[in-house]
Amino acid sequence: MTKDTSLYPIAVEDLTVAYHEEPVLWDVDVTVPAGALMAIVGPNGAGKSTLIKAMLGLVPRSAGHVHFFGRSYAEERQRVAYVPQRGSVDWDFPTNALDVVMMGRYGRIGWVKRPGKADRAVAHEALEMVGMRDFASRQISQLSGGQQQRVFLARALAQDADIYLMDEPFQGVDATTEHAIVRVLKDLQARGRTVVVVHHDLETVPEYFDHVLLLNVKAIANGRVEDVFTPENLRAAYGGRVDLLLKQEA
Amino acid sequence: MTQSQIEIQVVAALVAAACAIPGVFLVLRRSALISDAISHTVLLGIVIGFMLLGDIENPLLIVFAAGAGVLTVTLSELLLKTRRVREDAAIGLVFPALFSIAVIIITQNFGSIHIDVDAVLLGELAFAPFNRVDIIGSSLPRGVVVMGIILIANLIAVAVFYKELKLATFDAGLAAALGFSPALIHYGLMTSVSVTAVGAFDHVGSILVIALMIAPPAAAYLLTDRLARMIAYSALIGIAAAISGYWIARALNVNISGAMATMTGIFFVAALMFAPERGLIAQVIRRKRRGERFAVEMLLVHLRRHEGTSDEETENTLGHLTDELNWSPRYAHQTVKRAQRNGYVQLVSDALRLTDQGRTMASTLLAVR
Repeated sequence: MTKDTSLYPIAVEDLTVAYHEEPVLWDVDVTVPAGALMAIVGPNGAGKSTLIKAMLGLVPRSAGHVHFFGRSYAEERQRVAYVPQRGSVDWDFPTNALDVVMMGRYGRIGWVKRPGKADRAVAHEALEMVGMRDFASRQISQLSGGQQQRVFLARALAQDADIYLMDEPFQGVDATTEHAIVRVLKDLQARGRTVVVVHHDLETVPEYFDHVLLLNVKAIANGRVEDVFTPENLRAAYGGRVDLLLKQEA
Repeated sequence: MTQSQIEIQVVAALVAAACAIPGVFLVLRRSALISDAISHTVLLGIVIGFMLLGDIENPLLIVFAAGAGVLTVTLSELLLKTRRVREDAAIGLVFPALFSIAVIIITQNFGSIHIDVDAVLLGELAFAPFNRVDIIGSSLPRGVVVMGIILIANLIAVAVFYKELKLATFDAGLAAALGFSPALIHYGLMTSVSVTAVGAFDHVGSILVIALMIAPPAAAYLLTDRLARMIAYSALIGIAAAISGYWIARALNVNISGAMATMTGIFFVAALMFAPERGLIAQVIRRKRRGERFAVEMLLVHLRRHEGTSDEETENTLGHLTDELNWSPRYAHQTVKRAQRNGYVQLVSDALRLTDQGRTMASTLLAVR
């Protein structure tokens, strides 16, 4: 493929990831255009989270390349923010919400140097954007699941990146949090950022996103929601079960 | 206090503070067991270092000891990567192997050197004042010098890499994504654990090393929700356990390290019981309060339901609560008292009446449920 990858915020080429010689992702090609708000959907075990982790080099790639603005992740680290799954950390850790959000600044601050006043201001602003201003000094174990998710989102906002990769931010959150997250996603898009979200609720895809990647180990379809979010493609990604998932749209 | 008494306590306090710093991160990473492993396997490093350098006082021995500690972690992680054993089992397999190699080498090659099991496990702090070095013209116990240097090194490391340690401990994935290699930070921490363990082991034995690395941070974890404070509290608790342990050992004429290790346990149990938020007593009180509040709420809802109905005369009486809500007369009485204090009900002879405030409260509760 002779595509100019620098034209895209994210270009994934021929990506294969295997755990114990079992492919989890098989020859995946995806390009994400600038300013896209993209959902990654697919059944359980389709490799959605693995795709994001492989992009960031958190799991080893068996084959393929990932380019951010045509360059490697290591070169463009500062421009990529990552929201891991909420369950991936220990929320009993002795720290408060502001401190967690401040961690989003660490990449810019670099080794050894301490966060300064400006970083603190950015962190407060990020908390404000997710409706958590009043919880800055709250111990993180005392936050509800939805509030913890918003803290994670605020941490990514504090990174002030051009690309946002989010792993299941809507997982198990309350309605307030869901609305807050959607508002932030739309706001990021309005500011020209590129956002990719692992998502599990097919029903809300057309409402929340404008691009979608249908994934099931292989990339089934990738493009604008109105073009590729079709029953045929969904059936290809999910198998027979999709009829149940889509009955409202029929 | 004699000078040697002071010196013993200073060595113990330095060991306690030095152990607390890496200990905090071990506890937060849930890898407390690794302190047990490393505090034993450093012996292998010391033995190999001694064979190569031929000198038990050589400061380079600490490099070999740290190497043995890192080797312990590396081998455990290799075993873990096979996915055939869990982390605790991997550590449990590696450290006895390395420790026993050390013991075999000693018994085969250094038959003349007396290895005292008590000395390995419990150390002998009482001898600390006799082993002295001259530093800038003054004679100091070797333990003060060695542990002072290790404590300062740990303090500098945690101060310089505080942000990195916090990030890698809380969220290794983000640390990796942001370019702060969690593996590098992990091995840095393990090096600190190894160096601290070998320095401390020499004076207090391996049991107290483990106790000082784990118990004070575990206690501090219950007392604060800020990482910086957890480190400070851990050091203070460790020092308090060391000094109180020393005096108890003197009073009861028992091994000093043993008494200190016991005191770390006692401090932990005290924190477990009495910690203001997370202690067991606080938890019991919180549950009792919640139960009492719920009882008042049940009372209000009950009164509201029967208010103005034909059976109000019989239902809404103090005596009837024991049947209706299954309360003992004593508990019914206490709950009514509590509701009265809050201004929710009035007790007129035996009849219970809701006040306006109580009625509003009951309506809110009924609306929610």
